[in-house]
Order: sequence, then C-alpha cells, then structure tokens
Amino acid sequence: MLSKINRKLLNMSDRSIAWLFTLPTIILLIFINIYPLIWSVYLSFTNFKANRRGMEIKWVGTKWYEKILMSEDVWANMQVTAHFLFWTIFIQAILGLSLAIFLNRKFKGHELMTTVVVLPMMLSPAVVGVFWSYIYQPQAGIFNYIINFFIDFGEFTMIGDFVLAPWSIVIVDTWIWTPFVMLMCLAGLKSIPDYLYEAAEVDRASKWQQFIHITLPSVMPFLMLAVLFRGIENFKMFDMVNELTGGGPGSVTELASIHLKRAAFEKWRTGYSSAFAVILFVTVFGAGSIYVKFLNKLKEK
Amino acid sequence: MKVMLRGFTLFALLVVFGLSNLAMAKEKYITLGWAAWDPANALVELSKDFTKSTGIKVRFEFVPWTNFADRMLNELNQGGKTFDLLIGDSQWIGGGAVNGHYVKLNDFFDKEGISMDDFLAPTVYGYSTWPKGTPNYYALPAFGDANAWVYRKDWFAKPELRKAFKKKYGYELEPPGTWTELMDIAKFFHGRKIDGKKRYGVAIFSERGSEGITMGATSALYAWGFRYQHPRIPYKMKGYVNSPNAVKGLEFYKELYDCCTPPGHSDAYMMADLDAYQSGQVAMMMNWYAFFPGIHKNENVGFGKTGFFSNPDQLSKGATLGGQGISVVSYSDKKDLALQYIKWFATPEVQKKWWKLGGYSCHKAVLGDPGFVKSQPYAQGFLDSMQKVNDFWQEPFFVELMLPMQKRLHDYIVGDKGTAKQALDKLIEDWEEVFEEEGKL
Repeated sequence: MLSKINRKLLNMSDRSIAWLFTLPTIILLIFINIYPLIWSVYLSFTNFKANRRGMEIKWVGTKWYEKILMSEDVWANMQVTAHFLFWTIFIQAILGLSLAIFLNRKFKGHELMTTVVVLPMMLSPAVVGVFWSYIYQPQAGIFNYIINFFIDFGEFTMIGDFVLAPWSIVIVDTWIWTPFVMLMCLAGLKSIPDYLYEAAEVDRASKWQQFIHITLPSVMPFLMLAVLFRGIENFKMFDMVNELTGGGPGSVTELASIHLKRAAFEKWRTGYSSAFAVILFVTVFGAGSIYVKFLNKLKEK
Repeated sequence: MKVMLRGFTLFALLVVFGLSNLAMAKEKYITLGWAAWDPANALVELSKDFTKSTGIKVRFEFVPWTNFADRMLNELNQGGKTFDLLIGDSQWIGGGAVNGHYVKLNDFFDKEGISMDDFLAPTVYGYSTWPKGTPNYYALPAFGDANAWVYRKDWFAKPELRKAFKKKYGYELEPPGTWTELMDIAKFFHGRKIDGKKRYGVAIFSERGSEGITMGATSALYAWGFRYQHPRIPYKMKGYVNSPNAVKGLEFYKELYDCCTPPGHSDAYMMADLDAYQSGQVAMMMNWYAFFPGIHKNENVGFGKTGFFSNPDQLSKGATLGGQGISVVSYSDKKDLALQYIKWFATPEVQKKWWKLGGYSCHKAVLGDPGFVKSQPYAQGFLDSMQKVNDFWQEPFFVELMLPMQKRLHDYIVGDKGTAKQALDKLIEDWEEVFEEEGKL
C-alpha cells in the first residue's frame, strides 16, 4: 500500500506537487481570510447587528455606503487619519534615515546605541499608550517639565488640548516606530559596496554629492518599503491612540479605526461597520497597489 | 521504584482532583456579577448571611467599570450562563426585558409577598420597570445612587477664605444651593494657594469613551430643565433636547470645565475625579454616592474634612441617576437559587444591614427610619437626590444613543467645536437616525 502511494507520488508532475504543497495553505486562507471578507461584503448591504439574536436580516442596498460617504463625521475621521499618517511617515522617514546614517558609522558603542534605539519598538503599543498618558500628565508628567525647562509655557495639556492632541499621538508613534524605519535604512546602507564611495572619492565628488548620487538612491527602495509598512500599519492604528487619548478631546484624534471599532463593537452596527471596513480595505488596497508599482519602477531604475 | 513513585503521585493527584470536583458539584452555589468597586465588597460581606441561612454559596465576579458594560452585555447577548444574578446598570433594563435576558419577576414578587411599594418610587421606576413606569418588574432595586457632590469642609471653614469669599461675592461661603453659586465657589478656589499648595476649583466628569461626560453634563442639564422628549409624544425631541434652557445648561457646564478644572482633566470619570479630590487638588468634586463612604473614611480628606451635598438646583431640580437593580439572568440553570437570593435580599432586616455596611438601600424601611438622616453625613443628600433623579434613555439600544451624546458633548465641551446649540441639534439628528433604524419613528 505504502509503496503504491510512493510510486504515485514519484510519478506526479511538478505542477501537481506544487498544488499538493500549497493546497492546505490555500484552503486555510480561504477559510480565515477570503470567506470572512466575502461575508463582510455581504453584511455591508444588510441591517445586521451582531448583538441581536434571531434578528431578521434585511437587505438595505447601498444605504450604509451612501451614509458613510456623505457623513461629515466620517470625513473628519479620515482627515484625522490623514494628518496622523502624513506626519508620522514624514517625520519617521527623516529621523529614521538620519539615525541610520549616524549609526552606520563605526564609532565606539554604536552597537549598544543601536540596541537602545530600537527598544521602543519592542514594547506593546497599548502599554506605550498608557505610560505616555502619564508622561503627558500636565502636573506630574515629565514631558511638560522638559518643555517648560527650555521655554516656560506654564500649565498646558498635550492630550487634553484640541490643537496639541493630534500632535501628541504623532510624537508617540514617532517614538515607537522611528527605530523600525532606521533599521530598514540601516540594512540599505550596509548593502552599499565601499568601492562606490572609493570611486566617487577618486572622481573628487563631495560628501553631499556622494549622499545624493550613491547613498540616497541605494537606500530609497528600503526607505520606501519601510514607508509602505508604516503606512499600512498606521492606517489601521488603534491600540496606542485608544489608550492614550481615546479619540479625544472631542473627536480630534478619532482615527478611522477607532470610529470603526465604536460602530462595530460598541454600537453593534455590523452592517454599517462592514461597509466602512470595505471602504477602508479598498482605500488601503488601492493606495498600496499604486505605491508598490511605483516602488517596483524605482527598483528597476 | 521511581516508576512506582510516579504512578502513586499521579493516582493521588487524580483522587484529590476528583474528590474536589465532586465536592464542588455537590455544593450549591450561585454566581453574581457586578462592577468592581467599594460597594461590591460590602455585598460580599452581606452575602455571608445568605449562605449561613440557606447553605447556598455566592460566588462573585466583579468587573472594573471600564469593561463592565462590554463584559456583561456581551455575556447577555450570547446567552451566557456565567451569571445567575446580575446587578446591571439602570440603562440595561430595557434591553434586559425586550431581549429576554432578565426574568420577569412579577409572579415571583406576588407569590413571595414582595411589594414594590416598599421601595422608593423613583428607584423602582429607574431600576425595575420596563416599559418605563408600568408594573412590569425585571429587577429588584438593589443599590440606589445618584450623581452628587463633595466639598472640602475644612477649607470652607477657614476664616480668611470665608472673609475673602464674602467680600468678593457678597454671601457666605457655604455648600452651593445653585449651579451659579457652585461656579462662584469653583472660581474662588481655582488657582488659589491653600496651605502652601496651588488648588483648583472642581473635578467634574469629562470622560469620552463610555458614559462619563454624559453623566456629568446631564447633572447640569436636568437642573436647567432638559428633557429627552415631549411628555406625551414619545421620541419628539426637538424643542426639548435643544430647548433654550438646555443650551444654557450645556454652556454653563462648558464654562465650568474651562474655568475651574485641574489641568489635564479632559478625560476624567469616577476614578480620575476621586484622584483629584483625594490628593487635595480640588475644592469640590462630582461623583456617585457609592464612593462617599470611602471618602468619608479617607485619611487625606475624610474624618470631618469633607462635606456632602446633592446636585444643585437652578431653574428646576434634577440629578443624574446612577445605581442598579438586581436581576435573575434568564439563561441561568439556577434560577430557583437566584430567586431565593432576591427573596432574602428584599427583607427589611437585610436591607438595614446593607445600608450599615455601605450599600445604598432603596427600601423604605431603611430610608424612612427616623435615624436614617443622621446615620451618615451623606444620608440627607442621598434622600434629597433620590427625590429628583432622572435617567438617560433606557431603550434596549441605549448604547447607540449614549455614544452620540458622548461624542457631541465632548466635541463641544472639551474639543471646543461649535456651539452648545449646534451640539444639541446634531445630537437630535443622531438620535432620530437611531430611532428610525429601530422603527420607533
């Protein structure tokens, strides 16, 4: 019997073997990814509420999509998300690249310094949210103390002020994730062969020219990959912001993900939240695809 | 030898485990769910008498307030059997009744001679009935509560402060009778140095996530005559929710938040208020009566340093209802034992002991006792408050009504977005949308 199976396996084509190996993963993916996705698309056209047992599910057409796209509040959430995305990525890209260039130099203790710099990345974002709420505490927190040490602003609150609160979450996210961008850039810097710089030296290229024509183009694909990861991650950012500001004050830090969570698991508007999740998915998927195409073109160059 | 020893150890473990399981299976017990806070400890103490008299043990699962509603409502929605008895928030009564989570208690009350007339009417209305005000009971009033105030009696008694206050405002520094007076006092203390430390005016509710800012702001709104709907036309909210007086009440609460709360008080509920008060930062604090026994015995602010007063009046009387009723969960396999607990809990003797231990009884035998008012310094305030309480919507879908109110109020009060009128107008739009979806409009 066993030899029969062996013979059959040996006679299989490469294509069949490939299918045999990938089929379990494909089946698993269908059950845990594709099926829920299709199901949530279906739910987005219904009035379904997950907390109502035995509720009759009614088809509501595109009602939720229209409501979401016409809602001032949802657009405000999207603006908050865009602000958070843009500034975190922008600052992290600059700081991450600068740190990588700095740590790429072989100086005494640079290995220890690299380890220390990446520490924030190893913490849970929810935990970070909680302890930064203490750091931002206006009376006892160290943040206000440091700021007031340099410039005396008096009493001010980072997470309670509607102007400062959006920046408070940008600062914390930058603190956690700049090391990640730095590590990616560092990998790019390490991959640049020394002879390129030597040739540039021979050609009497200045340090700035070496940076523009050698360092930056070599690091750019790594940096852009880091930006892609950070973009996707921050688009669905929830835990840190939820712990730190809870979306407040008012709704000035209510990211799309917080709005989605409230609709799905507090109001239990499953149909509505499914529609919003689909819209977010299409947005991320579309933006991600365009970005990856751009990234590939850059790599080809 | 080693193998024998291992075998023997395994056998012994199995015997012990098996016996303990058998003992647990034979033991009669019920599980009671409530929030994790001071009164829960008093209930544990009280329930020992129940076990003594019936032999039924009571197990408890107390959930922190931040997760209380999520945990309990999910349990009910899934038809969970974890709890036999639940002390659920007053707003849950509609959902508990309509969705079949709670056992209707009318027949049981009739059979056991438990009369709702023995309990304070507003608590029966608030904690037990659905539809509201009808004699359909789904809970026994278990823990009366309302949003009220504490103040630093020792600061109020300082002659130099009393003199300065009278000079500035023209009347004596006493616990405020109106919100206007409360504002004067808050402004007076805000930023003032007392005993060498900078102090602030008030700690009020401003929390965004669950129900905090709604519970706080409605304390002011009710005093300005805010109503949820037309008294005779259900769900007609225009002109009531956004009445000119309601707008004034909301503006007032924002002014109080802006002028007189400690820095960083932008997301504060029960615990944050307690922290601000007990650490000596503020002169006054709003909070639930449930915390007052603890404050009265607090080493920093208790033992005579704190006074208590009910929610101030303004254009009318009003206070935000807290508290809970105790219900039998319909999915429980031990409903008979749970009902025995309710029968025991409803007796006047148990209710008297409940109050003594720190639980706010709603039984008239306790509240009507001639010695009640003087039994605790906050007893008079509690009685006053319970006569003027109002509750939030208690519809089965109250969470969907609560969250928009949280958003609109926080946007306006803390987030400085728009005007009070705009916030209340938008709130009506949100609520109308929910009522339309639920087929009420």
